[in-house]
Amino acid sequence: MTRSMSKPMQPMTMAQKILAAHADRPAVQVGELIDVRADMVLANDITAPLAIIEFAKLGVDRVFDQDRIALVPDHFAPNKDIKSAEQCKMMREFAKKYGIHNYFEVGRMGIEHALLPEQGLVLPGDVVVGADSHTCTYGAVGAFATGMGSTDIAVAMATGRAWMRVPATTRFVYSGTLQPWVGGKDLILHTIGLIGVEGARYQAMEFAGPAIDALSIDGRLTMANMAIEAGAKAGLFHVDATTEAYVKPRAQRAYQAYASDPHATYDRVIEIDASKIEPQISFPHLPSNARGLSQVGDVSIDQAVIGSCTNGRWSDLVQTAEVLRGRQVHPDVRCIIIPGTQAIYLRAVQEGLAQVFVEAGAVFSTPTCGPCLGGYMGVLAAGERCISTTNRNFLGRMGHVESEVYLAGPAIAAASAVLGRIGGPEEL
Amino acid sequence: MAISGRVWKYGDNIDTDAIVPARHLNISDPDQLAAHCMEDWDASFVSGVRPGDIIVAGSNFGCGSSREHAPVAIKASGISCVIAATFARIFFRNAINIGLPILECPEAAAAIEAGETVEVDLAAGTIRRVATGDVYQSTAYPPFMLDLINAGGLVEYTRRRLHAGQSDE
Repeated sequence: MTRSMSKPMQPMTMAQKILAAHADRPAVQVGELIDVRADMVLANDITAPLAIIEFAKLGVDRVFDQDRIALVPDHFAPNKDIKSAEQCKMMREFAKKYGIHNYFEVGRMGIEHALLPEQGLVLPGDVVVGADSHTCTYGAVGAFATGMGSTDIAVAMATGRAWMRVPATTRFVYSGTLQPWVGGKDLILHTIGLIGVEGARYQAMEFAGPAIDALSIDGRLTMANMAIEAGAKAGLFHVDATTEAYVKPRAQRAYQAYASDPHATYDRVIEIDASKIEPQISFPHLPSNARGLSQVGDVSIDQAVIGSCTNGRWSDLVQTAEVLRGRQVHPDVRCIIIPGTQAIYLRAVQEGLAQVFVEAGAVFSTPTCGPCLGGYMGVLAAGERCISTTNRNFLGRMGHVESEVYLAGPAIAAASAVLGRIGGPEEL
Repeated sequence: MAISGRVWKYGDNIDTDAIVPARHLNISDPDQLAAHCMEDWDASFVSGVRPGDIIVAGSNFGCGSSREHAPVAIKASGISCVIAATFARIFFRNAINIGLPILECPEAAAAIEAGETVEVDLAAGTIRRVATGDVYQSTAYPPFMLDLINAGGLVEYTRRRLHAGQSDE
């Protein structure tokens, strides 16, 4: 459609355009409540059981589309205890009963937000709703993706639809070239530190600027993943050559990219000089307690966790191996490395990263959310401190209420594992 | 509908790990979840909460994960209503969807103290401190959300629509 053929319309943000398309409307206004089609509906082993219970109350005998639901046992899987085993079983049986094709069994699964983009199941221009708050990760490939609760997902599994309020957008423009060992994690921790944990509440965050153009797809996935930690509904990146190179070979269906109009209305535009950002560490107990590495002081650690839906991707493992190669994890530290998917795990084995990790004295596990939320595979005791590439450092998040979690990127977490205290690779 | 209850007062950014620690997400039963409600944050809550009590909190209540276990546990604890300065968005929709009454009112959240008794008129959206007589007006719900609330939550709302043969929009 060319401009001359259509009535002049108010410029829209990328978020508005995607939502309008999925509400079959030419335009939508910020603040409007709309009913949208979902391209993909997601749940995991801890949120699916409640959704399945609610689904049963709807009185329907089929799901809306057997190809557009993804069920991933990742949080407490491989089953951590009997109750978790029962929840996984319930989800597995639901998937079988309703013929859901995108059920990923242990051994073939991954951490959902690493797995779905890798499998080409979430694509530019999609609306994705997931019963997991980090569903916003898929904004990295230009999808409007947002977390919801189990009841919303029960209804979406039955109808393929969800109600939404059209969010305002805050645009973050990052200029400059990144310092060594600074990546997507540092950009997003710095940004959350700047605006606070409700700084983008109910909004879409749009990430742009030269530093973003130069950022890898893995770095973008890390940033979009943590939009929720600023209270955002979605974290969006425009589709460019980097996105296309990632998405095209994987896409399992057609897709359409949407871009914000040049004169779209933003709630705020925040300019950030990314060249000034040093590696970031978020202190307990909020992701917004971000500090530059030079401001950390002497903080000893008991554990380092590298993985999760935030930083369990290939480039994260490559960076970790760069730091750990030929070095030893500090005698007082447990270092736990968890790849996001089985494909990443296999590649780490094939390309020798697994050997680097094990020789360094680290644990190298198959995919699971495990320790991030204090489930298993690295739960903390009272008084213990962990540096972690995960996304939350809330009170008791990784175990005992008197334990502490410090958030950082993989390079800092790996260097800290060697040092026995929080520090960077340049100190090694 | 009028509610009267004793207040449990909390601060800003009460996250869903505080409301239900993730280690208990291997259960889905409301009463079992209620047995762990707020346990890491306020060990006195589970033993002290009485049916009809009200939670009053600061900004960004329910931030963090999408776990519906959080509002489910609060509701099953007997809490009749949550009043906060602001709510995190996923918690907000989860509470509406499962029929846990929530009211956004920064003024009431700032003024009300732990242990006092407040009366809430959900239909009018008013909050009254019994001790002082002060009345606060909460943010009004848009009509669509009122329909959801009046239907008893999203599942019942959707079930009625599906079985009435209505199409969307």
